[in-house]
This record gives sequence, structure tokens and C-alpha cells, in this order.
Amino acid sequence: MRVVIHALTAMALAMWLSACSDTTSHSRAVYMLIDTSGTYTQEIRKANSIINYLLGNLGPGDSLAVAKIDSGSFSEKDIVAKVTFDSRPSYTNAQKRAFRLKIDEFIKSVKSSGHTDITGGVLQAIEFLNETGAGKRMILIFSDLKEDLRKGQVRNFPIEMKGIEVVAINVTKLRSDNIDPREYMKRLEYWKKRVMAGNGSWRVINDLDNMERLLSGE
Amino acid sequence: MKSFLMIVPDHPTLSALIWAIVLITMLYLARQPAHKAIHSLVATLYRGLRLAARSLMTVEDRMRIRNREVLLEAGKEAAERQIEREFYRIDAVVRRDLADYPALHRKMQDAIERIEDDYGSCTEDMELPSIQGWEKAVDAVAKIPVKGNSMVADVLADINKTFSTSYRDALEEYRQTCNDRISVMSKMAPVWRGLSRTLDKVSRNITDLHKRAGEINGLMQRYEEIQAGSDKAIRMLSSSSITQFFISLFVLVIAVGGAMINFNLIAWPMQEMVGGNSYLMGFKTANIAAMVIILVEITMGLFLMELLRITRLFPMIGSIDDKMRKRMIWICFGILLTLACVESALAFMRDVMAADKQAFNESLRRSMDGTAAAAVTTANRSIPMIAQMVIGFILPFALVFVAIPLESFIHSFRTVIGIVAVWAVRGLAFVLRLSGTLFRQLGTLFEHTYDLIIFVPLWIEKLVHERTHKHKADKLGVAP
Repeated sequence: MRVVIHALTAMALAMWLSACSDTTSHSRAVYMLIDTSGTYTQEIRKANSIINYLLGNLGPGDSLAVAKIDSGSFSEKDIVAKVTFDSRPSYTNAQKRAFRLKIDEFIKSVKSSGHTDITGGVLQAIEFLNETGAGKRMILIFSDLKEDLRKGQVRNFPIEMKGIEVVAINVTKLRSDNIDPREYMKRLEYWKKRVMAGNGSWRVINDLDNMERLLSGE
Repeated sequence: MKSFLMIVPDHPTLSALIWAIVLITMLYLARQPAHKAIHSLVATLYRGLRLAARSLMTVEDRMRIRNREVLLEAGKEAAERQIEREFYRIDAVVRRDLADYPALHRKMQDAIERIEDDYGSCTEDMELPSIQGWEKAVDAVAKIPVKGNSMVADVLADINKTFSTSYRDALEEYRQTCNDRISVMSKMAPVWRGLSRTLDKVSRNITDLHKRAGEINGLMQRYEEIQAGSDKAIRMLSSSSITQFFISLFVLVIAVGGAMINFNLIAWPMQEMVGGNSYLMGFKTANIAAMVIILVEITMGLFLMELLRITRLFPMIGSIDDKMRKRMIWICFGILLTLACVESALAFMRDVMAADKQAFNESLRRSMDGTAAAAVTTANRSIPMIAQMVIGFILPFALVFVAIPLESFIHSFRTVIGIVAVWAVRGLAFVLRLSGTLFRQLGTLFEHTYDLIIFVPLWIEKLVHERTHKHKADKLGVAP
């Protein structure tokens, strides 16, 4: 009888302890889309600094993926590198080094694409982020936000982005924007509306010297 | 509403005047009930506040008595502990210095006997050197006629020579005897000195004991004062408690600082053991694990201090028998040592991880600006690593001593809280009494203000009253 009581007490204690454990995910997942179309390829060095910042600040349990935006971005083939960091910090550093090597290779071999399928990249990003099950999910779009789809590509449909924060980084002004700045505004507004309509949140960061704001969410 | 107030249309002043007259008349008519209402309201408030103040003063009285009891009890316990400690010290002194007193006494006795023997041998009657029958020979020689007899002169010369030789021998013998006695006496000197030293030691021990006895006497007097519950004892104990409170608080703040440093030292490397992305009740599991280690160290420190009978927070531990107590002391020390080693290892790991992270960040930076890495010498790296490991090892043992200020803080906290509560209750009672008096004065002020508003009818009333009074007096033929 005493053994049974002890066993029940132990079970109750174990249940209580398991109830105490935090089921909320505190990890972060970041998916970075790099525009490789036209002249924007020249901006890739800046993207490199953002990746470095992310590698320096993401920790154990976080996920990071870098993908390129080309003519048809809704594809796993466009993912340059992806990783979910180990829970042990020592392994995390090794994973970061391996990730860095892949990025270096990509930067060396990057080629300019003919079209810019941003929506496809975003859809691919959402898929990846939802799979990670991270608590905080971010899509970083390193692009001028000018979408240039191939003939026949269907992208004008609503996208569900609940719980995802989309950050447009280094949205450069095009030559045509200088003639009519409203075009630039329109582009930003279009993406903002699209993201908000999908229950996501939207930010623009053009000042790359203040990268601290990127992950802090300010 | 406006038209209702405007009794005479297009004449606001006249309307206001009429309203004022109506209002004043109404107020005049309602003067007595209004005064009564004000008086009643003020009296209720005044009595209620006074009653509350009196209740608070009763509570304050009870709290003061309780505080006094607690203070005296705490003081009594502290004095008992001090007296007990002094007795332990006296016991140690007696065991250390006076346990071999019989041997010491025997040693002294032997020394005295030896001195006595030597002294006896020195003071034995010493025979003066003598030449046997020389007096008779001198007499016979003195009677011999010397004149003209050369033979007699020769004999006398021989006698003189013999006498001189005998005298010299006797003197030599006397000197030898004296020298022997002096040498015996000089051998007595070290024995005297030894005796003197022994006596000095005994004297020192006795003085020490005397001093301790004096301290015990002082403590006993203090204890008696506490036992009697004198005001002096209360003042002394409260002052001592407040001082203790602030001192222990200060030391505890320092200890908290130490614990925080300790936490920062082990929290990050703890991620290697429990994972960096695991959370428990909203906190990182690694942080909780680090905190648990520090708390276990503090707990072990508390137990160790308790088992060593330095603190007395847990009466149960104090009553454990000595054999078990010693075993538990070693167990506690073993756990502390293990935790200290674990912390030291974690500090080492922290340094390795920090170096790895720094190297990675450096490689990222170099990939951006293409510069070469700054050379870091091994000595530069090993010094902080050793320092971290040493701190990691020492801090658990340093935290052990938190038990002493903690005990002091807990004991003095009760007294300080009691004193503060008494002051707060007394202050509140004063505020209530003051408010009561203020309300009473305000009631009087309201009554006077009321009368001021209706001063015209009151003045008329006074005039009428005086005239009526005068008229009545005239009728009766009495001077007003």
C-alpha cells in the first residue's frame, strides 16, 4: 500500500513538473529572400552584412534560411542555405561556420536572373517558417520590391501570413522612381497592403547601419 | 431654467436680489435644524475618528508590549549564547593551560626542594681555619727571653715561618670551601629562573581566566537586566537590533552581488548541459538550473553553519547528536566542494565558448572588411580563464558565510518591523486625532459662515429681541 502511495505521489509530482514546462516556442525563424534580378545583384554585398548580423545574433534553437529571388522562386531549389541551430551553443557555432561557407560560395557564383518572382519567394518562405514551428517568424525581403513575373505566372491572390513579420530591407529607388517618386511609394504601399491583408505585419528598414532594430522588432 | 430664475423679466439684478432674499429667509428659518445637522455631522465624525485613534493606540500598546517581549526574549537568547560561548572558551583555557597543573605543581615542588637542599648545604656552619695548639705555642714563645740569645732568635724565626705556612694553608682551605658554596649557589640560578617562568605562565593563565570571568560577569549583569526587563536593556537591545539590521542588510546586498556574478558565470555554459532553447515557466531552463545550483550552495552553506553551531536558524539541526553532526558536516562540505568544482568547470567551459564565439564573430568581420585577425597571445587568454575558474571555485565557499548575516537579518528584521509598525500605527492615530479636531473646528466654521450669510435677519432678530426685552422691562419697571 505504501509503495502504491509513493508511486502515485511520484506520478503526481512528475505530472506537475511537466505541467510547469513551458510549451510556448521561444525560438526565432528568419527567412531571407535576396533579389538577384538585374542591377540589384550589385547590392549583394549589403545582403552579406545582414546575413552576418543574423548569424551573430541568432542562437540555439533558432532557424535561418537564405533564398534567392529569381524568375520562379516558389521552389526549394532557390534556397541557398537553411539551418536550425542545435540547442548546444558549441554545435551552433559549427553550424554557423558551415552556413557561412555556403553563403560565400553563393555570393561568388550568383548570376543575374531575368525576372523577379517575389511572391513565389514569399510563399516558399511561409512554408518554411510554418514548418519550423518557431514562436517568432520573419521574412526579410532584400529587394527593390519591383515584381517582374514571367508570362503565365499567377501570383495575384491573397496570401495568409498570420504571425509572420515581413521586413523589406534596402528598398532601392529605381531610375523610374526618380522621375516619379509616387511609383516607389506605390510599390511599398502595395506590399504593405498585401502583407496586412494576409494578417501579417510589415516594416521597412533602409538604414543598414542600425541593424539592431531588425531582430528587436522596434 | 434661466426663465425660471428670472423672476422679473429683463431685470436680472432685481431677480437676483429677490432670490437672495428668498434664500436668506429660508436659511434663516432653517437655521436651528441646519446648525443641529452640522453639529451632529461634525460630532459623529469627531467621535468616530477619536474612537478609531483610541483603538489604534490600544493596538499600538499591544504591539509595543509584544515587541518588548520579543526583544527581551531575543536579547535573553543572545546573552545566553554569549555566556555559553564564554564558558566554552574558559573550558578550553582550563583544558589547555590548567589541565597539567598537578604536574606543574610537582615540578615547582621539586624545584623548591632542590633550592632548599642547596640553600641548606650553603648555610651549614663553616669552621674557621685554625692552627692546632698555636695559642699555647705563642704563650711559651712569648715567655722566652730573647736578648743575646741567637738560638732563640732562630727558633722564633722557624716558628714564625711555620706559622706563616700554616696560616696560608688554612686560608687556602677556607677560600676553597667558599668557592664550593658559591658554585652550588650558582647552580641554583637556572632552577630559580625556571620556577619564575612557570610562575609567570601560571600568572598569565590566571589573568586570562580573570579577564574572562570579568566578561562573564558583565554578560551576567546584562542578562540580569534583560531578565528584569529594564528600560535600559530595552533601549540597548533596540539600538543593537537596528544596527544589526543595517549591517546585515549591507552584507546581504554584497552577497546578492556575489550571487549575481556567480549566476552570470555559469548560466551561459549551462546551456551546453540543458540546452539553450528549453524554457520552464517562461524562463530559460539554463538560467533556472544556474540559479538552482547557487541556491543549493547557499542552502548547503546554511546547513554547514548550522551544523558547526555558528548559526541557530534550525533548532532541529542543533539538537542532532555530535557523531551524526560531524558526519553531516562532511556530507555538506563534500556537496559544496563538488558544486565548487562543477562551477569551476563551467567557468572553464564559458571561457572556451566565449573564445569560440569571438573567433566566429572575428571571422564574420574579416569576411566583410577583409582585414587580418588580431593576434591574441596565450597568456592574455589564460589569465581571464584562470581568474574565472578561481572565482567559480571560491564563490560557493564565500556564499557559505551568507548564513551569518542572514541569521542576524532575520532576527533583527522582526524587531525593526515591530518598531516601524508601532511608529506607523502611532502616526496614523495622530492623523486621526488631528482630523477629528479639524472636523470639529470646521463644523464651528460652517456654523459661523451660515450665520454670516443670514446676518441681516439675525441682526433684525436681535433688534426685535432687544426691543421686546426692553418693553417687558419697562412694563415691570425693571432697569434693562
